[in-house]
Amino acid sequence: MTNIPETGRTPRVQIRLVIIQVLVFSLLFTLGGRLWYLQIRNGAEYSDEAKNNHVQQVVQPAVRGSILDARGVPLADNETRLVVSASRTELMKIKDKGKGVLTRLAGVLDMKPQDVMDKVRLCDSKTPQPCWNGSPYQPIPVTDEATTQQALQIRERPEDFPGITAEPTAVRRYPAPGGANTGQVLGYLSPVTDDEIVKAKNTNSPFLRSDQVGRFGLERTYDKALRGKSGVTRYEVDNLGRVIGEAANDPAIPGANLVTSIDARVQGVAEFELNAAMIEARKQIDRNTGVPYKADAGAIVVLESKTGRVVAMASNPTYDPNVWVGGISGKDYAKLTAKSSNVPLMNRAIQGQAAPGSIFKVIPTTAAVNAGYKFDGDYPCPSSYSIGGQVFKNFESQGHGSITLGQALEVSCDTVFYALAHQQWQKDGALKPVKNPADIFYKTAHQFGLGAETGVDLPGEEKGRVPDRQWKQRFWEANKDQWCKTGKKGGTYIELLSYENCLEGNLMRAGDSVNYSIGQGDTLVTPIQMATIYAAISNGGTMWNPTIGKAVISADGKNVEEIKPQAHGKLPMTSKTRDQIDEALEGVATRGTAAWRFGGWPQKQIPMHAKTGTAEVYGKQTTSWFATYTEDYTIVMTISQGGTGSGASGPAVRNVYNAIYGLDMAGKQDPKKALLLKPEAKLPTIQPDGSIDAPEVKPYVPPSPEDSAPPALAGPPAPPTARQD
Amino acid sequence: MQTANKFSVSRYAPQRGPVAKLTSRDSVLRRLDWPILLSALALSFIGSMLVWSATRNRTSLNQGDPYYFLLRHALNTGIGLVLMIGTVWLGHRTLRGAVPILYGLSLLLILAVLTPLGATINGAHAWIVIGGGFSLQPSEFVKITIILGMAMLLAARVDAGDLSHPDHRTVVKALCLAAAPMGIVMLMPDLGSVMVMVIIVLGVLLASGASNRWVLGLLGSGATGAILIWQLGVLDEYQINRFAAFANPELDPAGVGYNTNQARIAIGSGGLTGSGLFKGSQTTGQFVPEQQTDFVFTVAGEELGFLGAGLILVLLGVVLWRACLIARETTELYGTIVAAGIIAWFAFQAFENIGMTLGIMPVAGLPLPFVSYGGSSMFAVWVAVGLLQSIRVQRPMSA
Repeated sequence: MTNIPETGRTPRVQIRLVIIQVLVFSLLFTLGGRLWYLQIRNGAEYSDEAKNNHVQQVVQPAVRGSILDARGVPLADNETRLVVSASRTELMKIKDKGKGVLTRLAGVLDMKPQDVMDKVRLCDSKTPQPCWNGSPYQPIPVTDEATTQQALQIRERPEDFPGITAEPTAVRRYPAPGGANTGQVLGYLSPVTDDEIVKAKNTNSPFLRSDQVGRFGLERTYDKALRGKSGVTRYEVDNLGRVIGEAANDPAIPGANLVTSIDARVQGVAEFELNAAMIEARKQIDRNTGVPYKADAGAIVVLESKTGRVVAMASNPTYDPNVWVGGISGKDYAKLTAKSSNVPLMNRAIQGQAAPGSIFKVIPTTAAVNAGYKFDGDYPCPSSYSIGGQVFKNFESQGHGSITLGQALEVSCDTVFYALAHQQWQKDGALKPVKNPADIFYKTAHQFGLGAETGVDLPGEEKGRVPDRQWKQRFWEANKDQWCKTGKKGGTYIELLSYENCLEGNLMRAGDSVNYSIGQGDTLVTPIQMATIYAAISNGGTMWNPTIGKAVISADGKNVEEIKPQAHGKLPMTSKTRDQIDEALEGVATRGTAAWRFGGWPQKQIPMHAKTGTAEVYGKQTTSWFATYTEDYTIVMTISQGGTGSGASGPAVRNVYNAIYGLDMAGKQDPKKALLLKPEAKLPTIQPDGSIDAPEVKPYVPPSPEDSAPPALAGPPAPPTARQD
Repeated sequence: MQTANKFSVSRYAPQRGPVAKLTSRDSVLRRLDWPILLSALALSFIGSMLVWSATRNRTSLNQGDPYYFLLRHALNTGIGLVLMIGTVWLGHRTLRGAVPILYGLSLLLILAVLTPLGATINGAHAWIVIGGGFSLQPSEFVKITIILGMAMLLAARVDAGDLSHPDHRTVVKALCLAAAPMGIVMLMPDLGSVMVMVIIVLGVLLASGASNRWVLGLLGSGATGAILIWQLGVLDEYQINRFAAFANPELDPAGVGYNTNQARIAIGSGGLTGSGLFKGSQTTGQFVPEQQTDFVFTVAGEELGFLGAGLILVLLGVVLWRACLIARETTELYGTIVAAGIIAWFAFQAFENIGMTLGIMPVAGLPLPFVSYGGSSMFAVWVAVGLLQSIRVQRPMSA
């Protein structure tokens, strides 16, 4: 400023101008610093907040896959119902907030306008039901029972019904083809719980509040595959919730179809025959109690002998799984769980536990042979066996002289096994057991897979029980206090039992061992366990995990994931022993306790093997057991409080075989009538569009009464005894 | 000595044609402050993009035309440029003579706001609706007339060489001149504008060389007044709410705090480079209210990021830095005071506007100079730029 004229500017003004400049720039630097703090230092935090601000998810439910039988017949599928929904986001764009549209809609649907509006309003603390509890961006269902006529009216005039859709929506259905209800095997769905919604919220497959989840049976085991993946559309919304764009779209992947090894026709036959046998049993008088058999529950399992695949599985009492569809009503649920209904939800084929009776005898036979006893040796079969004053009778109170183990199986001689078990008990140290008792009968039972799950692909399988020393000790420890409290010397039978149990309930007594050797006493098995064992005897010794699922086929049919049965072990027997037992079981069907039920059976073409069992349960009527197999199939049936093995269950099992092989009672085969001459090896045909062919299933026509009578030759061996076994 | 600055250099230059006039070394074009002009133009251009982005989807505001606000912002900028050229052409010294008329006109305008001609927008009865979608906010022009009026009074005797600093009586007269329109604006109540005017008065007094007692006294009475206003409940409920929400937006996230909170989310989510113009979810989703006017800076924060928002700060910094230079270099106190008033105005209004979007200042309805949408504000700031240019153009040659 050297050559500028004097400005007359005083230093005061100059200083003040500098002050102003400093103030101005400190303000700017403050802003810059704050900007850096918000955007760079804490930027991530605000980005997340912004994201939450503007993205809304709309979930499209995936159509649940069907459960099909081996030939593609649907056991569980979906029916289409016409669901009319209203989109709030669309309605809110209209000037009157959709009032006019909803009123028109109510007219079409024959509903009151107020009812429609109530359904579409959002729930909050002040709004009573009905109201919409879900996301406001989700189309809100107004009705799921629209007629085609109504749907057409709505669709043809989209200008009159903006935001209203009438779309077919899938709803679960259990069609019971040919009467094959299959209820307990299929299981059921029930609405998702709050916990599950919260847990799945941030996974790639979130739940809708209206979603259903498999709770039991196949629906549960294969839930994930069947459920598919819900589609998620993320919409960007503005501050008023109006959709301004689609951020991301994961389309719904429909659930895969599950092909099972169940044959709907055989299943239908099995269910019918089980029920018929129970009805028949209730007509019979129990000679022990003098009243008709109660036949309160039963189960039947049909396995493919060579693979362990389940062809049919029925449990009685049963129920219609369709009661669960669309939410079970309180009345129905009370009925299903009432005591008088005897738990129809339970799948007794895998959850019903009972003493096996004589069908158990293949196990002590194997144990004895493995311990060095000769299969073809001579074993006395007196009518009774005494241990220290206690008499253990042969159930028929009949002696057979000296017989082989094979013959003991054929005629189901108990005393042979009593003696073997008693000898072993003594060898193991009697009441003062040696350090490591051999316990051959118990250990062999474990080797046969008893006391453990078979690994069937159904939830809730029971393990049964092998009443060995370890179990006795645990059981005594758990119960001795109670026993010692109620036990009384010289009291009633129960009091006496408690008294004895209190004193020595942890000891393996001679009677325990003897009873156990013929499958009585504290032994518990499930039908599926016994079916697994008999199938293993049939197939040469492989114990397969019974498997129902055969293949998971994606909805488009492009992805087929076959389910191969897994084995959980081999029977603890040599092939020679197997052949010997196999021959003895054939003898049961031809000469032994089951022969009267297999009169006229074409034994040469289709060798039949069988074992009958009648188990005693304290305070109840006897449990009927019947275990059978051919080369291809194994059938095990049981009826609780139903009578004897062959008596109560025999005709039903025979009828199932007749249906499978197309036989009549005279043994004449009509291959055209045969339902399943050979197990279904192939998967059903998948069409290019992913649909699966389903042949028609005709309901089972049971044989007429005169037809079902066995040929003249046959008949129960005289004299009929209380314990035909 | 004093007479030297009465002479204009150009008056004594040889006669030249118009082209030669504009290209010669001492021409108006050469003497213009280009950094200020270019920065202001850049700010207006960025502003037009931000306004466009903020209003493209606001169908309730833009009458279905996504370019509605963009075009109007551009038009406003154009009118602003014309006003600036007009101001330079007239020159601030010529205007000095017209200050009483301008001051009177602006007083009439703000008085008109209090009549049924006025309209209430966002709680402030500060507008005159002209029709055709146009409206005036006279308080913007009052800012200029206060600066010019006070500068005229305070500089008169100093520039005449009578005094080295304005005397007390002059200061009182100048304060009264400012107080009259401020009182009216306070009645509207347009508190944001009153705050700016108070800062302008402070800046003008500082630059005038008035006694320290005036400056400190004014600061003290301002503080006392603020406390009194708070205590006596002169303020409306919404004004107190706005204040509380700035301090803690979480207290009332759905109400007043909503603005602050959404603004902060928008700016914070921008990060270093922003989401890109038109791609900000907060902006597209219209989560920030008043985004084309008072909260326009949030669009920059979200869509242009730290770099873009920082650029706005830098451009404002250039304008203010050049304005400070102009204030220091001019030889007459009148120009210095006018420049200082404009600096105080721009600096505080920008700080308040950006500060409220960043959550460090209470929310007040003030536009961001050059950037925010709004005709009155745009015209006023460009006239102010014209005044700065005029002071610069008429400064001594060698500076």
